Amino acid sequence: MTVSMSVTEPHVELKGVVRRFDGPPAVHAVGPIDLTLARGEFVSVVGPSGCGKSTLLDMLCGVARPTSGSVRFEGSDLNGEVPPGIGVVFQEDSSMPWLSVRQNVEFGLRTSGLPSAEIKERVEHAVSFMGLAQFIDHFPAQLSGGMRQRVCIARTLVLRPRLILLDEPFGALDQQTRLLMGDELLRLWRETGATILLITHALDEAAMLSDRVGVMSARPGRFIDFVETGWPRDRDSRVVSDPNFGALTARLWSSLREESLKTMGRAS
Amino acid sequence: MSTSAVNEPTYKQAAPARARPVDALILLALMLLLWQAVGVWTSGIAVAPPLPTLAYLVNLLQTSLFWDNAAATLEAFLIAFAISAVAGLALGLIFGTRPFASDVAEPILSGFYTIPKVTLYPVVLLVFGLGISAKIAFGVMHGLVPVVLFTLGAVRSLPPVLVRTARVLRLSRRQTMLWVLLPACLPDIVGGLRISFSLSLLGVLIGEMFSSQRGLGFLLVSGIAQHNVLLSTSVITMIVIVAIVANMAMLHLSRRLTHRSK
Ligand SMILES: Nc1ncnc2c1ncn2[C@@H]1O[C@H](COP(=O)(O)OP(=O)(O)O)[C@@H](O)[C@H]1O
Ligand SMILES: [Mg+2]
Repeated sequence: MTVSMSVTEPHVELKGVVRRFDGPPAVHAVGPIDLTLARGEFVSVVGPSGCGKSTLLDMLCGVARPTSGSVRFEGSDLNGEVPPGIGVVFQEDSSMPWLSVRQNVEFGLRTSGLPSAEIKERVEHAVSFMGLAQFIDHFPAQLSGGMRQRVCIARTLVLRPRLILLDEPFGALDQQTRLLMGDELLRLWRETGATILLITHALDEAAMLSDRVGVMSARPGRFIDFVETGWPRDRDSRVVSDPNFGALTARLWSSLREESLKTMGRAS
Repeated sequence: MSTSAVNEPTYKQAAPARARPVDALILLALMLLLWQAVGVWTSGIAVAPPLPTLAYLVNLLQTSLFWDNAAATLEAFLIAFAISAVAGLALGLIFGTRPFASDVAEPILSGFYTIPKVTLYPVVLLVFGLGISAKIAFGVMHGLVPVVLFTLGAVRSLPPVLVRTARVLRLSRRQTMLWVLLPACLPDIVGGLRISFSLSLLGVLIGEMFSSQRGLGFLLVSGIAQHNVLLSTSVITMIVIVAIVANMAMLHLSRRLTHRSK
């Protein structure tokens, strides 16, 4: 994918973004948040549960409007609509139960107008990329939760998005599979040059995959820390044995610990 | 992530084997036996026994008396069912996509669903007269509500994430309706149609029994009035056969749809 715009212009830019829910009970979920993603950057977001990560993602892709503040993508404001070029994998399973794996992944391209040979090729590539080739004719009810999530990732990949937003996509996977999927995600990121924002609750995952990790406060979610990882672009899951890895996760945890305690205190 | 932490593919077993032909035959034999028992018990006054009935039915099926009345019932039923299906689907979609409207409509409809509609029949007759429109109205009164309630319930239980997915994939309202909403709700809608099918038929037949000069319901009542037990039993048999076959076909259809999605 060629990137023709100037490197200095941010790919995504949030300014003073706040989101309140009217309720009852009224909830101040997020913000104010300022966040800039550079083109081709891999950023992770960690934060205590309920701090507004999914709400932030809804505003990033244009599914929800901020109560105040602005979201810009590739130089133009989002106005309550999702612009082309953004791919989203939601936290909840969003596979269509009445479609097979192949049809689910094709679903992303129904309105693309691409020739059917091209669609077939993209679908089969994305399905095998996600390790689902044997299951291409299965229905979601015949798959595990983690596999269904991979179907949703494949449905996003066939769109060749320039910005990929992922909301805890590996939550249903065991640790080993999670590390391997992380490698796949890094490979995909290098191959496509896309900007990736990954929401996760796993600190090691954030530390291993990202260029930069944003730590969010308890609700109302704001960024309280950004940590640069300094990994090379051709990294993979073996960075977990790098001497710096422990220090990185420790820094993330020390930022997050107090906020998580607040959440627990609030919940009890 | 709400799903359990499993990574290995879990193959859900195929749906348990459905009524095999042997079971169906056993059931049929039991029903015939019961029919025979009732016939003997009532000494043939209320219900004729199976064999003479079937013989009579074969003859009846060659008369225009039967087919004229069957055609009258079929016509009223098809119109009633079509109105129930189309209007029910439309109302269900409208109420289902508007939370406030469905909060108001649902208790009213459920209430109407439970009252014995026979009590409203005099009113229907006053409004529609004695012709086919009264039969249709009675069919719709029975058949409409289940379609509305099932459709409404299906739309409301649609996972919100699917709607968000449609927006992220930049689908138009129309595409969202046709490609997401409708297929997601289809198994439930077919379930509602299946119930509506039986109830529309019931409504039309009751209408004919009360106040019509044509139709199978009328034929049934006139059989009873003339003490022609063979005639009334034959008509009942025909109705039961048609209803069972139609119900089985629709059950098969809805199972095929749900088997894929659950
Ligand atoms: N549609 C909504 N209406 C009211 N409150 C909401 C809604 N969506 C989310 N919230 C609230 O906003 C807060 C943040 O939610 P969410 O973004 O899902 O958190 P996270 O993804 O970080 O776990 C939570 O307290 C949640 O209850
Ligand atoms: Mg979330």
